[in-house]
Amino acid sequence: MVTTGQLRQAAAASSGMSPVTLLRITIILAVLAAWEFLAHSGWLYRDVVPSLLSIGGALVRLLSDPNYYFNLGVTAAEIAAALAIGGSAGLAVGLLLGGNRFLSRAFEPYLYYLGPTPKIIFFPIMIMWFGVGPESKVALGTLSCFFPVALNVAAGMRQIDKVLIRVGRSFGASTRQMILKIYLPAMRHPMINGIRLGFGFALIGTLLAETKLSNKGIGFLIIQTYSIFDMPGMYAMLIVLFVLAIGANALIGKLGGLDSIKRN
Amino acid sequence: MEFSSGGLSRRDYTASFLGLGSFIAFLLVIEALIRLGLLNRFIIPPPSEIIASFGRLFLEENIVHRFFFTAGECLIAGVMVTICGIGIGVVMQRFTLLQRACETWVAAFASAPLVLTYPLFMVIFGRNAWTIIMMGFLSALPPVILKTIEGISGTRKVLVNVGRSFNLTATQQFWKILFPAALPTIFVGIRLGLIFALINVVGTEFLINFGGLGQLINDLAERYDLAGTYAAICFVILVSVLFFMALEKAERWLRPVN
Repeated sequence: MVTTGQLRQAAAASSGMSPVTLLRITIILAVLAAWEFLAHSGWLYRDVVPSLLSIGGALVRLLSDPNYYFNLGVTAAEIAAALAIGGSAGLAVGLLLGGNRFLSRAFEPYLYYLGPTPKIIFFPIMIMWFGVGPESKVALGTLSCFFPVALNVAAGMRQIDKVLIRVGRSFGASTRQMILKIYLPAMRHPMINGIRLGFGFALIGTLLAETKLSNKGIGFLIIQTYSIFDMPGMYAMLIVLFVLAIGANALIGKLGGLDSIKRN
Repeated sequence: MEFSSGGLSRRDYTASFLGLGSFIAFLLVIEALIRLGLLNRFIIPPPSEIIASFGRLFLEENIVHRFFFTAGECLIAGVMVTICGIGIGVVMQRFTLLQRACETWVAAFASAPLVLTYPLFMVIFGRNAWTIIMMGFLSALPPVILKTIEGISGTRKVLVNVGRSFNLTATQQFWKILFPAALPTIFVGIRLGLIFALINVVGTEFLINFGGLGQLINDLAERYDLAGTYAAICFVILVSVLFFMALEKAERWLRPVN
């Protein structure tokens, strides 16, 4: 006897689409239809839920505006600097704590418990130390990404196969050689995972700092659309930002081969 | 990694003292550098001044009331996320096709910078507690959904079969077998969610200058009360750390003993 599920699958297969894809398309279409209905219902204040057409128009305007790319460049540079500084500091601290149980016992609890605290509250301090320019945003991004990188690298160090370490030592490898030839290659995945997490935190830290106090960058553009009540513009900016953030996150994972671990 | 106090060796105690000692030494060095004029006290206030201004936070800035305001927002966001997150997770796990279609979306949603939608919520709800609660709720939702799916899917087959052999209805099977078995995993999601909620609640309070502890930091910084700002930041860190530790303890308590 053929079940309804099998029939549905067969019908989907004959149309060249899996049931999962069909369901996804249905959900997307239903959400878009509900959005459009809400936009024209008058139940909410005008423009709080703008029509899809106006959001589409704002998206086109945004993507064809050279000013947007300038601001995107500013934010990207700030995030890259934050990731470079916070990531390398996190890497160094993680290697140190992961490789030494005594130091880990002494200092890692502080990192472990400070990691999940809200970093944006440090922004007033960053402004006092580094001024109101991009430096304070980079500093906040650095602070945000340091903790996940350091904790992931330290945990990764502890998970290295002891055999590899013994092989390195039996060959009389120096500390530098041990780091470059044994530790770093063996903990590529936790390191990439840490950098991926660090990227996410650096992005949030930098952009939130920009929304609080700045005159350039994507965070500044978002808060500007709020100030002038340009809701289609705000939606367009958030959509592009989410696509870029999720895309960059997936790309870092792919480059680091994280997807291959899950498959194995 | 967990830092429990059980079974510590002498070496571990020495390490802990080194950590604490280094922290105290760091504060003393900063104090000395400021008093010697090598560090600008108008940028970094002396640690002694920061410690002294804690009393002022309690007496003049009403920090206890602010703490309860923030805690209330977190509690509402936590209750909302527990109900909605577990509900959505259960429905997704129940319908495999729905789970296969949407689980990746939820994971992507988790990696999106959701807190940046706070201007949008300010337009929808206004500059009030609901915007803050919604930011906490949204950021906490994905881990609860994902861990609920994981917890229920990971229920041991033998437990499910026991339920079947007793002819339990689908509702009984859920409440008597699946949910209790999945609870430790679900709580991991709730713990992560509550941490995200607290971070985002305090962060949004600071950004929109409304509410409890986050607003206090913003207020003090705008008044250029440096020692007060640093003390308020220390207070928030202390609250976060204690909250984090309490959640960890609760998670350990719920974890099944093997």
